[in-house]
Amino acid sequence: MTMHGKFPDKRGYFGAYGGRFAPETLMPALEELERAYQASKRDRDFQKELRHLLRTYVGRPTPLYFAGRLTTHLGGAKIYLKREDLAHTGAHKINNALGQALLAKRMGKKRLIAETGAGQHGVATATGAALTGLECEIYMGSDDVARQSLNVFRMRLLGARVVEVAIGSCTLKDAINEGMRDWTTNVRTTHYVMGTVFGPHPFPMMVRDYQSVIGREAKRQILAEEKKLPDYLIACVGGGSNAMGLFNEFMDNADVKMIGVEAGGRSIRPGEHAARFAGGSLGVLQGTKSYLLQDEAGNILGTHSVSAGLDYAAVGPEHVFLKDTGRVKYTYATDEEALDAFELLARKEGIIPALESSHALAEAIKLAPQLSGDRIIIINLSGRGDKDVQHVARIKGIEL
Amino acid sequence: MSRIGAKFKELRKKNAKAFIPYIMAGDPDIGRTRELVTILQDCGADIIELGVPFSDPLADGPTIQKAAQRALQQGVTLASVIDFVADLRKTAQIPIVIMTYYNLIFKYGEERFIADAASAGIDGMIIPDLPPDEASAILALAGRSGFDIIFLLAPTSPGERIRKVARASGGFIYYVSITGITGASLSLDPAIGEHIAGIRSVSKKPIAIGFGISTPEEAAAVAPLADGVIVGSAIVKRVNDPDEELRRYLVSLRSAIR
Repeated sequence: MTMHGKFPDKRGYFGAYGGRFAPETLMPALEELERAYQASKRDRDFQKELRHLLRTYVGRPTPLYFAGRLTTHLGGAKIYLKREDLAHTGAHKINNALGQALLAKRMGKKRLIAETGAGQHGVATATGAALTGLECEIYMGSDDVARQSLNVFRMRLLGARVVEVAIGSCTLKDAINEGMRDWTTNVRTTHYVMGTVFGPHPFPMMVRDYQSVIGREAKRQILAEEKKLPDYLIACVGGGSNAMGLFNEFMDNADVKMIGVEAGGRSIRPGEHAARFAGGSLGVLQGTKSYLLQDEAGNILGTHSVSAGLDYAAVGPEHVFLKDTGRVKYTYATDEEALDAFELLARKEGIIPALESSHALAEAIKLAPQLSGDRIIIINLSGRGDKDVQHVARIKGIEL
Repeated sequence: MSRIGAKFKELRKKNAKAFIPYIMAGDPDIGRTRELVTILQDCGADIIELGVPFSDPLADGPTIQKAAQRALQQGVTLASVIDFVADLRKTAQIPIVIMTYYNLIFKYGEERFIADAASAGIDGMIIPDLPPDEASAILALAGRSGFDIIFLLAPTSPGERIRKVARASGGFIYYVSITGITGASLSLDPAIGEHIAGIRSVSKKPIAIGFGISTPEEAAAVAPLADGVIVGSAIVKRVNDPDEELRRYLVSLRSAIR
């Protein structure tokens, strides 16, 4: 058992953050989910099936790729990319969605629901539903439906119903509210597949655990390649699941520094970004106590990011804990920096990254030149950018 | 005894049931809310549930979501609702509970909130996203001030949660009539009578039933099971109706709750 493995505690707290702030109707379901999850961890057949599908269906392990031309271009530390973009459905989201779909099936649920921002988690959940033969309904903010239309159609092709949420800020936060309302109504037959390390306990723990396969593989791969651990891990942080997935396995390796990159948007003014650590404060939203972008009265502020997957007012509670302890440093990249990183990786490496992952790349572009050539950075390339191509063209004023 | 406790005691003596209407503070504006308090009292309300708008009301259906958005546009906050009730207390003595979401209380500061709310004359609160599991600190504060924290039970609540919630709840126990959100259509679980008997077997606290009750017929159907009936979304939909029509509707609810 590692030092870090003690968290969360029995009540779902990472230090002072987390917990279970849910409507009474859902409390029994959350307790049931926690029990079922723990039981599934001890169920060897279940674990065997999950491992088998991760290998034969998701395509794991995903490669750890040495980005040689990018490294030369930046002239500093060696840059490795953990290629979650090569996982089935094109992002790390499938690791969690598949785990939860199998768990829901084991629990006898008939239907999966989920929220989605960029659409990647919606696609992953729709995929998990198709694979397990469960019904599927995906909630998506109407702004996100407009900027991620390709993913909307993918979900429909996979047999899911996509429900457009046109209230509040019309983005991920509102999709979660609507998903929770659906779950409250249909809790007896339905499992809510939370897509990130957020929401009431046990979701932040469970999603982290399903994503931790990323870091376990990356550690094995870098040791095989370089015979030593990396100096830095960098990941973008919306809710924070790809970051937790990469970081978790390295928590006790004190020499491995970790950086989480939030969305700096247009500027760090209220409503113009989604950098919770730069402009947020402690609060309780959607089932958990964490850092939020909110006004003085406690109402949630609108957010902005060029990337739909980071455009969210709150961050997973474990990240707040890791910030407090100093284990992870948090910073942000602006829309412009992320767009530059998006194009740079495409040109230098022939890889079009997701706009979310481009935020992590943007931080590496700043950091690598300051480090010597024997240093190693691993960036979690959490998703591929095909879904963003239309959106980026629009921003550049190019008609497709 | 709290104002809410006294009210239920008085009703029990008369063998009557509580009519508990809900309105959103500041929808469409705070002046109208003041008028509505008077109308509700005139029409036989026993306790008023006053909604405080929150940006992300995840236990509410579209009617109350939209009411909250209108009230937020009016600049209504938890602080302004506390001031509103303090002012109202100069003329009205009806028990008032607020219903909102936990972040507003958390951001205001639990200790400061209980002190300010109690001194303003707010009698209690209903916070759908604050189960007793997360409420130990605020329960201790409320206990010292005679402020009631009303917790909810749902058709999905098993025996152990019934005991936990019934023990923690102050003033009354809010029984959610449906597995769902506010304003949904009422489809009663055939086992509702057994559920409520289960609560009665572990607690003597009054039980009020709410969620999805919109017509006098529905109110009449659930009233015999409980000590009070809560009507929210259906009233929120009618706050801009001509007063005579609104009063007729409220009186019809009042007389159905027996």
